[in-house]
Amino acid sequence: MVMKILVNGEEKEAPVGVSVSDYVKALGFDPETVVVELDGHILARADYSCKQLREGCELELIRFIGGG
Amino acid sequence: MSQSFVLPDYQELARLIATRTDSDVLRALRSPVLSLGDLAALLSPEAERYLTEMAAKSQAITTQRFGRVIQIYAPLYVSNYCTNRCLYCGFSAEHPIRRRRLTLEEVEKEADTLRLRGVNHLLLVSGEAPKMMGVDYIEEVAKRLKGRFASLSIEIQPLTEAEYARLFAAGITSVAVYQETYDPELYQRLHLAGKKSDYTYRLATPERAAAAGMREVGIGALLGLGDWRAEGLALGLHLSWLRKRFWRTGLTVSFPRIRPAEGGFRALAPVSERNLTQLIFALRLFDHDVGLLLSTREEARYRNGMVGLGPTRYSAGSCTSPGGYAEGENADEQFAVDDDRSVAEVCAAIHGQGYEPVRKDWDACFQA
Amino acid sequence: MLIIAGRPFASRLFTGTGKFSSSDVMRKALDASGCEMVTVALRRIDLNDPEDDIMQVLDRNKFFFLPNTAGARNAGEAVRLARLARASGGGHWIKLEVTPDPRTLLPDPVDTLVATEELVKDGFVVLPYINADPILALRLQDAGAAAVMPLAAPIGTNRGLITRYQIEIIIAQARVPVVVDAGLGAPSHAAEAMEMGADAVLVNTAIAVAGNPVRMADAFRQAVIAGREAYEAGLGAISEEASASSPQTGLDFIR
Repeated sequence: MVMKILVNGEEKEAPVGVSVSDYVKALGFDPETVVVELDGHILARADYSCKQLREGCELELIRFIGGG
Repeated sequence: MSQSFVLPDYQELARLIATRTDSDVLRALRSPVLSLGDLAALLSPEAERYLTEMAAKSQAITTQRFGRVIQIYAPLYVSNYCTNRCLYCGFSAEHPIRRRRLTLEEVEKEADTLRLRGVNHLLLVSGEAPKMMGVDYIEEVAKRLKGRFASLSIEIQPLTEAEYARLFAAGITSVAVYQETYDPELYQRLHLAGKKSDYTYRLATPERAAAAGMREVGIGALLGLGDWRAEGLALGLHLSWLRKRFWRTGLTVSFPRIRPAEGGFRALAPVSERNLTQLIFALRLFDHDVGLLLSTREEARYRNGMVGLGPTRYSAGSCTSPGGYAEGENADEQFAVDDDRSVAEVCAAIHGQGYEPVRKDWDACFQA
Repeated sequence: MLIIAGRPFASRLFTGTGKFSSSDVMRKALDASGCEMVTVALRRIDLNDPEDDIMQVLDRNKFFFLPNTAGARNAGEAVRLARLARASGGGHWIKLEVTPDPRTLLPDPVDTLVATEELVKDGFVVLPYINADPILALRLQDAGAAAVMPLAAPIGTNRGLITRYQIEIIIAQARVPVVVDAGLGAPSHAAEAMEMGADAVLVNTAIAVAGNPVRMADAFRQAVIAGREAYEAGLGAISEEASASSPQTGLDFIR
């Protein structure tokens, strides 16, 4: 079963009940290097594996890049 | 709670000055910005032969920063009661002088007399006698005089920050407090009794006044007590520390100098006019923005000559005994005035030097 | 030794990690620069490119990462970015950049002060990037900033110390380290900033877009060392133009 969520402003599909850390891994990213904002709140890294995504939620995935 | 100003070992200051060489002086004269080491060089005996060059630089800096003006002020002695026993002062509790504390009405009368003579910047002075002359009294005086003078300053006993804040609200805008000597050992020998014997409390007074919001704080040393060169370096240190910590506060330095007086206290280490001049120039080169005050302790001839060379404020028509303006003296004075010209005469002399005497530089109504 | 918020830094050259042609060049240039502190920015992940991860390229044991809030247009955005950076395990240090004008990238003084106050209260070590405004620098120090970072010239312009006079004032008045940041286009500019008494400099564009970034990084490294040496050695006083006339009155009046 899939649901629709928003990731970095784009509409995407995700398995129902997937955890944040599993979803991030599925996208090809290492949860250790990614900052997650779920529905406008910063998620503590410790909660990535237990927090489940829900239909229509808004995910912001942020990480460090080069900058001055 | 951040730290208070602490002076390095006083003997170290003297040693630093004593070891300055001619090339240290030359380097100091050529630097646009002076370090404390440069100040020490300019205060040293090695710098004496460069007094003319120092005068030229001091004049250039003062003119550029302040313009061709000298601000006029006058002291109003409200009381000569004093609980301290400072060996060098005419108001010492030891001395059987006629004591007087002006009533509020008498203060107003004195003040009006000064206003009529053209004085707009008033310095309220008293001996240090908290019971006779406490904060309540000064607060009342400030309230009574509010609006009549462009600025009201005080030179009284050290107060707490809360007391300064009260006085600021009442209309006092600046505080002068002189350490007398920055040498802690000498300080103890000279201030035998009374609250003034607390060196550290007095040293921290400028900070308390600044923290309370005073627009200006004045510091100084009584020249003739300690080694004037070391006092000059201590003043420089105190000035830069205050500038860093209280960047919104205006700063001034005064140069009260013990003059030989009949039967009076003799200076422990007499300071000549040349010495005083070197000190003034050195501080001006070190700090381009500090106000420098010359009082009527100095003679007319000297004060005329110094117009434009560094000092920025002159007292005029001064009387150092309470009640002396309106009534003529009937209480004893703190020190003998050597420049007894009237306000009008001092202003004329300043004009004569090609400078403008400024009688009013601020307005009480700007103060909230 | 340079100390910011109680932490010592062996190198007074800080480098940015943006604008490099490749991660490999960036890594080599940073090594050549000898720097210890590097800045990084925060951005949304490019979902199509999982490989592009600066944290894989740079060794966290070798470099101290200073996240910046580049992209923030107001205090609210900057504070959010700072908290995101902290949440990512980036530590509680933040280089605060509030740049509402994307053309000039000049920092907003008002929102920088507001954000500094909020972030200091929230336990951050704040290094605000500002225009070279001495009063603003004092206000930020009063608010608890751990350093101030005045610009020499707008980001990326490589124009050198066009704000030199104000930076002199900032350095003279500062109670915290002063890091000259932005606009340093050549090693000589960096040396000059250090000779003036700056505690450190931050360089990004000049190294990243140089013909040979690795050699340029090394040149900046040497310049910063040279400038600091000169400052500590006590630069010879510059002789001013002679003040032509002696005072109109001589000193004969003195007895």
